[in-house]
Amino acid sequence: MAEIRNYTLNFGPQHPSAHGVLRLVLELDGEVIERADPHIGLLHRGTEKLAETKPYNQSIGYMDRLDYVSPMCSEHAYVMAIERMLGIEPPIRAQYIRVMYDEITRILNHLLWIGAHAMDIGAMTMFFYTFREREDLLDCYEAVSGARLHATYYRPGGVHRDLPDRMPKHEVTNRGQKRLDRRNYNRQGSLLDFIEDFTNRFPRYVDEYETLLTNNRIWKQRCVGIGVVSPERALQLGMTGAMLRGSGIEWDIRKKEPYAVYDRLDFDIPIGVTGDTYDRYLVRMEEMRQSNRIIRQCVEWLRKNPGPVMIDDQKVAPPKREKMKDNMEALIHHFKLFTEGYCVPEGEVYSKVEHPKGEFGVYIVSDGANKPYRLKIRAPGFLHLAAIDEMSRGHMLADVVSILGTQDIVFGEVDR
Amino acid sequence: METLVENIQSRLAGKFTSCTVAFDEVTIVVPRDKLIDVCKILRDDAAFEFKQLTDLCGVDYSTYGSTEWSTEATTETGFSRGRVNSSNSRHQWQHDRFAVVYHLVSYSKNQRLRVRSFVDEQEPIIPSVMPIWNCADWLEREAFDMYGIIFEGHPDLRRILTDYGFIGHPLRKDFPTLGHVEMRYDEEKARVVYEPVETEMRVLVPRVIRDDQRYADHEEKE
Repeated sequence: MAEIRNYTLNFGPQHPSAHGVLRLVLELDGEVIERADPHIGLLHRGTEKLAETKPYNQSIGYMDRLDYVSPMCSEHAYVMAIERMLGIEPPIRAQYIRVMYDEITRILNHLLWIGAHAMDIGAMTMFFYTFREREDLLDCYEAVSGARLHATYYRPGGVHRDLPDRMPKHEVTNRGQKRLDRRNYNRQGSLLDFIEDFTNRFPRYVDEYETLLTNNRIWKQRCVGIGVVSPERALQLGMTGAMLRGSGIEWDIRKKEPYAVYDRLDFDIPIGVTGDTYDRYLVRMEEMRQSNRIIRQCVEWLRKNPGPVMIDDQKVAPPKREKMKDNMEALIHHFKLFTEGYCVPEGEVYSKVEHPKGEFGVYIVSDGANKPYRLKIRAPGFLHLAAIDEMSRGHMLADVVSILGTQDIVFGEVDR
Repeated sequence: METLVENIQSRLAGKFTSCTVAFDEVTIVVPRDKLIDVCKILRDDAAFEFKQLTDLCGVDYSTYGSTEWSTEATTETGFSRGRVNSSNSRHQWQHDRFAVVYHLVSYSKNQRLRVRSFVDEQEPIIPSVMPIWNCADWLEREAFDMYGIIFEGHPDLRRILTDYGFIGHPLRKDFPTLGHVEMRYDEEKARVVYEPVETEMRVLVPRVIRDDQRYADHEEKE
């Protein structure tokens, strides 16, 4: 009789479809997974500990670096927690800008997800297509904050500055003036014009992706019936976001516990039926269309309603540079704010947003100091990855890649 | 929110030590021997239906309220320098050193609840809630890794985020931010070696607590 032996296989940490630095120890019976044990922490930077040693405002940048494919949403949860503790409310225009950028971020995140997910499964083209659109959106990031990824744009009390009136243009090309003009055709006006032009083009792009994937035979073979999660298990396993909606539970923080101005906007929540990888794919594709709708509404509102984007409370928000030239008090406020920060009243707050990956929460315990006493980041990917053992049991080795893809794992937030 | 507080008062009577509402959030403190009991009720009782555990984390309260810089009565003597480990404590912490904080969400009732349970330093042991909410698995491992809190009944309580063979619990307040060891590649030994940290910890922005009159009535409300 032949000897039956189980394999133990190390998947990662240098595997291209491990989405970064995941070491997945797989116990295999032939090609069937018996147990998956993820070893995480290879990207652990101690964000929570670092935040405890810094004044509140200096940690906004750390939030960008948690989930580095959707930075602004994480910032939103963090600044909202501080705002709630301070009892301040940002101006309405700032809230619209935040929502608009949250949705731009959602599209950015989903574009990277679908590109990487499809490439893991073998559809190389998707990656090129989605990065073409990401480029436009990253330009929006850059126009408003100066950085393409780690924006640090949201501040307690509003956003760093108002939207620019001029969209930066491409300047250098070695392929002639004609091509340069073509690249700059939608950059003649303001940032809002550029974003509006993008929202006009974007639904057609999503159609394009769907033509490539939705009815693609190989795509369906790799996705339908893979990683099925029942609604009960999804709740038990702590799943949120598209992972939960894919299993048919209608829950979206933007609708159920609206923050910022989501209650004034019109959008729908797509949900899945079977809870497999294919349903989650459909849910996320529809979410991109809905995000596009939200962005259009925000652009329309922002055009009509100019106003301040930062509260006029100099204990929290820095004074204007011109004011500091001849106003002693402004100078003192500026000095105090940047050398010491502001003290947040004693208490604790859990603030959450509908991050592209699920519920992103920030739990702050304050003892009244200018630094958080304890900051806990509730990362959606952490709990999703914990479920990979259950989701991949009984599947083939190749399906692990598909399941990792559908979970939309980013190690920046899993490891923190 | 009022109904939630009422339900807690009526259905969990005698099982919790305090129930507070602050910043629109309800927090209950539960002694650790009643924790499992309370969690079961919170999950299964039709008045609560907290079917999901959103978050679980440890908190170390050992330096709660302490500052690195005394800002009062400094005008006569001049300002002191900000120092690590200075012992200006504003208020004495009344409870045990560690706490485990659970954030629950009920999708059917659209409610959230925070449950806190204190554990002392000598015996940081608390029952695991993994049988009630399966997702507590990794969250408890993380709390164990970061604080050394032991979750009784957890089937696989290993470290999760720190390195293989790591010593200490990094989020405890007595663990230095720089850590104890640093590592580098040693060419002679042809392997990675660990050495004690050489860098010294500096205070860039001292930790201060100031009374802000604007929040005076804010605190009274709590």
